[in-house]
Amino acid sequence: MTVRAVSPRSLRRRRALNLVMSGLMGLAAVLATLPLILLLGHLLREGASSIDLAFFTRMPKPVGESGGGMANAIVGTLILVGIAGAIGLPVGIGAGLYLAEQRRARLATGVRFLSDVLNGLPSIVMGIFAWHFLVRPVGHFSALAGGVALGAMMIPLVTRATEEMVLTVPTSLREAALALGYPRWRTSVSIVLRTALPGIVTAALVAVARIAGETAPLLFTAFGNHYWSVALDQPIASLPHQIYTYAKSPYDDWHRLAWAAALVLIGLVLAISLVARFVTRSRHGGVGD
Amino acid sequence: MTATRPDRATPTGEAREVPGLVESRGFNFWYGPKQALKEISLTIRPRSVTALIGPSGCGKSTFLRSLNRLNDIIPETRHTGSIRVGGEDIYAPRVDVVNLRQRVGMVFQRWNPFPRSIFDNVAYGPRLNGRPSRADLDAIVESALRRTALWDEVKDRLRQSALSLSGGQQQRLCIARALANRPEVLLLDEPCSALDPIATQKIEELLFQLKSELTIVIVTHNLQQAARVSDETAFFFLGEVIEHDVTARIFTSPKVGRTEDYITGRFG
Repeated sequence: MTVRAVSPRSLRRRRALNLVMSGLMGLAAVLATLPLILLLGHLLREGASSIDLAFFTRMPKPVGESGGGMANAIVGTLILVGIAGAIGLPVGIGAGLYLAEQRRARLATGVRFLSDVLNGLPSIVMGIFAWHFLVRPVGHFSALAGGVALGAMMIPLVTRATEEMVLTVPTSLREAALALGYPRWRTSVSIVLRTALPGIVTAALVAVARIAGETAPLLFTAFGNHYWSVALDQPIASLPHQIYTYAKSPYDDWHRLAWAAALVLIGLVLAISLVARFVTRSRHGGVGD
Repeated sequence: MTATRPDRATPTGEAREVPGLVESRGFNFWYGPKQALKEISLTIRPRSVTALIGPSGCGKSTFLRSLNRLNDIIPETRHTGSIRVGGEDIYAPRVDVVNLRQRVGMVFQRWNPFPRSIFDNVAYGPRLNGRPSRADLDAIVESALRRTALWDEVKDRLRQSALSLSGGQQQRLCIARALANRPEVLLLDEPCSALDPIATQKIEELLFQLKSELTIVIVTHNLQQAARVSDETAFFFLGEVIEHDVTARIFTSPKVGRTEDYITGRFG
């Protein structure tokens, strides 16, 4: 076989084209992160000055008085996310394990499809659903209803992510356990699930970060609360909802607090993502091929 | 085939409760519509090494995986005929597969230690049977590692990840993991095909020592290896056993032309 010589002119054109295309891709990559950078910069400028110890430890002050914090909203968000995790993680992980281990089962195909549909469901619909079953019958808003709405959003996220992680466990490990005499369920739990665990933890953290900022499902479930409340059957404050209320108020003081709350919320999500990154990193360090 | 083997003293098909004796009678196996094994009748002597040779796709591995019923996990497979291990029909409805797989250990082509410590890997099998005491477990792990000549190499780092070992060490760890169950039969599916010659030699020496205690069945593509390590050799071709005899005879004076063609490298 002979190699056809390339004329210097077409070679130059090829190089130039390559350079232009690489440049365009690089530009797209920068543009993709630009909104986040702008947003973070703006938040820092507007909100950082309002963040102090009082923001985390004090209650909101009445209109007209300056200062005050968002202790109730921060604790409220933690409680809501806790309820959501208690519902979403066990159900999601169990379902994901089932989908991965019984890939061909008819039930698995159905559940997989429904999970994808649920993932695409607007979050406000999830809020209406929780309102219908948990708010309307009892006649008042509650932290529980908000947590359930967020938990229901978490389930499909965790399910699909767990399934993907479990599928990365090599067949050879399953066979090794089975060949040692491990029954299937024990192979699934003590070999497959344990090996996939770092990945599942990462997925769970990403899901938590994702729902921690949800506002729509909370509008008519957790509703919000200007006072200190940790009761599960009472309305509860949350950071996203507080941002929503404060941002649309006419008071400058509240606007500043809303910026600060947004910054704290983003900080929380970033922190969770960083932990997730770290867990993933240690997984790749620990497990070979 | 031949009639000069001492283990053929009793008529075929009769159950004998000899530990480690493997007897296959008229065994057929299908993956969906495709028949992978045809009328396999093979007697594997206890406390010996039997090599299964033959070109790729001839059914050696399928047969091996039938001996511990690992093929059960593949959907849409079926079989007819019988396989007995130590006199027990392993496909009988009442057989406990967990118990069978502890009696018949397996080592795979690609070493597959669990991503845990060296100690935990060996302890996995014993832990399946209740909760052995710490001291018992230590003793079982040490003995299994000694039998695979791995003890001196790893005794100071039992808590380290098994994945920190070299390929050959990982494969010997997998053998130790299987031995910790105290099996009567050990199946090896091309255990050395991804190892260098020195690691291969270590494993072959190991097999030589282990065969005084248990039955070893090894699938190999390496004919020199079959000649070196095995006492008997069975030649598989297109899902059938073409010839089964003492290894020396298979390699020096095979009775079937196709065996000779394969061994002399005319095909395969």
